[in-house]
Amino acid sequence: MVVSQTTKNIDYETVIGLEVHVQLSTKSKMYCSCSAAYSSAPPNTHVCPVCLGLPGSLPVINKQAVEYTMMMGLALNCNIAEHSHFDRKSYPYPDLMKGFQISQYDAPLAYGGWIDIETEQVVNRIRITRVHLEEDVSKLLHQTNSLGEIYSLVDVNRSGVPLMEVVSEPDIRSPEEARHYLMTLHSIVRYLGISTGNMEEGSFRCDANISIRERGTTRSNNKVEVKNMNSFKAVYQALSFEAQRQRELVQKGEHISMETRGWVDNKEITVSQRSKEYAHDYRYFPEPDLPPLVIERNWVTEIQKNMPELAQQKRDRFVEQYGLSLYDASLLTESRALADYFETCLKSPALQNLPKQKAAKELSNWLLGEFNRLLNLSNIDITRTKITPQMMGELIVFANDNIINISSGKVVLEVMFQTGKIAKDIIAEMNLARIGDTSAIDEIVKQAIQANPDAVADYKRGKEQALKFLVGQVMRISKGRADAKITAEIIKQNLIEGE
Amino acid sequence: MALSREEVEHIARLARLGITEADKDKFCDQLSNILEQFQTLEEVDTNNVLPTAQVTDRQNSMREDNILPSLPQDAVLSNAPWREQEYFRVRAVLEE
Ligand SMILES: [Zn+2]
Repeated sequence: MVVSQTTKNIDYETVIGLEVHVQLSTKSKMYCSCSAAYSSAPPNTHVCPVCLGLPGSLPVINKQAVEYTMMMGLALNCNIAEHSHFDRKSYPYPDLMKGFQISQYDAPLAYGGWIDIETEQVVNRIRITRVHLEEDVSKLLHQTNSLGEIYSLVDVNRSGVPLMEVVSEPDIRSPEEARHYLMTLHSIVRYLGISTGNMEEGSFRCDANISIRERGTTRSNNKVEVKNMNSFKAVYQALSFEAQRQRELVQKGEHISMETRGWVDNKEITVSQRSKEYAHDYRYFPEPDLPPLVIERNWVTEIQKNMPELAQQKRDRFVEQYGLSLYDASLLTESRALADYFETCLKSPALQNLPKQKAAKELSNWLLGEFNRLLNLSNIDITRTKITPQMMGELIVFANDNIINISSGKVVLEVMFQTGKIAKDIIAEMNLARIGDTSAIDEIVKQAIQANPDAVADYKRGKEQALKFLVGQVMRISKGRADAKITAEIIKQNLIEGE
Repeated sequence: MALSREEVEHIARLARLGITEADKDKFCDQLSNILEQFQTLEEVDTNNVLPTAQVTDRQNSMREDNILPSLPQDAVLSNAPWREQEYFRVRAVLEE
């Protein structure tokens, strides 16, 4: 008789929901007219009575922040609320001087959206619960002085900076998918131009809820909140660690406690964070100082009309319009700045004489290859490059017309990148023009043959490698300027004649 | 609608108020009285009235995104109970 075995090898799936906080790049703060540029200012200089919650001060909603949030909502296929309002959330910590945060509780600006995330060729639709608006808190500096006293210093500059929160449904099924979801949100805020998205500086932050459950069931184990993930990589690592930790606990028959855990980057683990003495009691109630929002549909339409093209749309258009591969188009549209640079180059006068698709392909190769390498190496942002689109166009035309060969082209690009000189001048100054003249090449070939009798002998014994070696020698002597094709031909001729 | 002592203690803790045992009894009575007063609102039929948190009848009061001068740093810090250099100093806030 076969007894069905209660197996220990239960197949678990991971269930993840993410909360993303995005600082909006408005000029002024969310509820007052203090500058929102907190990081560059001396401490406590972007502060007014509203920031301090002084009696009699009155907050007023920043319209730009509302519109930015509506843009995000639309980009995430959300409904934009017809009625929305702000709520007061009691918050007894000194990083908010008022003792409360003005947030949104039951009437967020946008709700009920989705985005499609592609991970390893599988598309998964992640539902977006809500997008709402609130305010950032002060920066606390933790101190220990020479007497051993532990205390905190408060810089109120960051307090009141507009913070947009995007909450997903628990539809994410792997750490890799979480990373992709986050990168997609990041790309959207960058394309919309509503945030710097700088993760190290905290302009784009992410908390996760993660649990595991037996595949095919809907009842999850206790969920754990993970914080302190300051990069895409950290999100991936922290969630992978946590998914594994929870599986191991369950396999050992242990209980997963519902708690908040922090990712410790240098140790690559999550650790339990001190649980509060008693549960939060936020006591939300509608903010009496801010009248509600009634969002007319024509306002939404107006915003929709002015939405920029997003990465996926741009990628598909690049494929369609310029005949680029999906791969190249994806890389080019990873950042809006690169995509914009690409299109401005294409429109430069220099490139108007090349067929559009040919120009696009050549340009794409240069931008994704050598130019990208130089940008990464020097850590210079593409918007700061000395190479204007017209200069880039000229280089491509020189290369395309065979005025210079590829290796010289790379030299020209690098000098252009460092100095901002135009290609024509660099080619003249550095004597980089391609040598295509057969008699000139013939002369160099004869030198190479004379200097390398062994290679010549190898070639005659049928070693094809020797030909490549000799071409290389000609390139060395000509400093890379000799035309490679012509050189190979002339070497062959010389060796045949020499027999 | 009498409040329990535990509820009063909880409210005091949320408000960060240290209160004596005698105060607790007193506040129990006083807060219960206030709640009772509000009970009279229950007499009004609000079945067909939308909830509101506003009495001004205003809506969409927003400002354009412009910067105005903030307070001078010394003014910002002038009411600080405890100050260190350019900062407010507070008791240690443990990193959660
Ligand atoms: Zn202010």
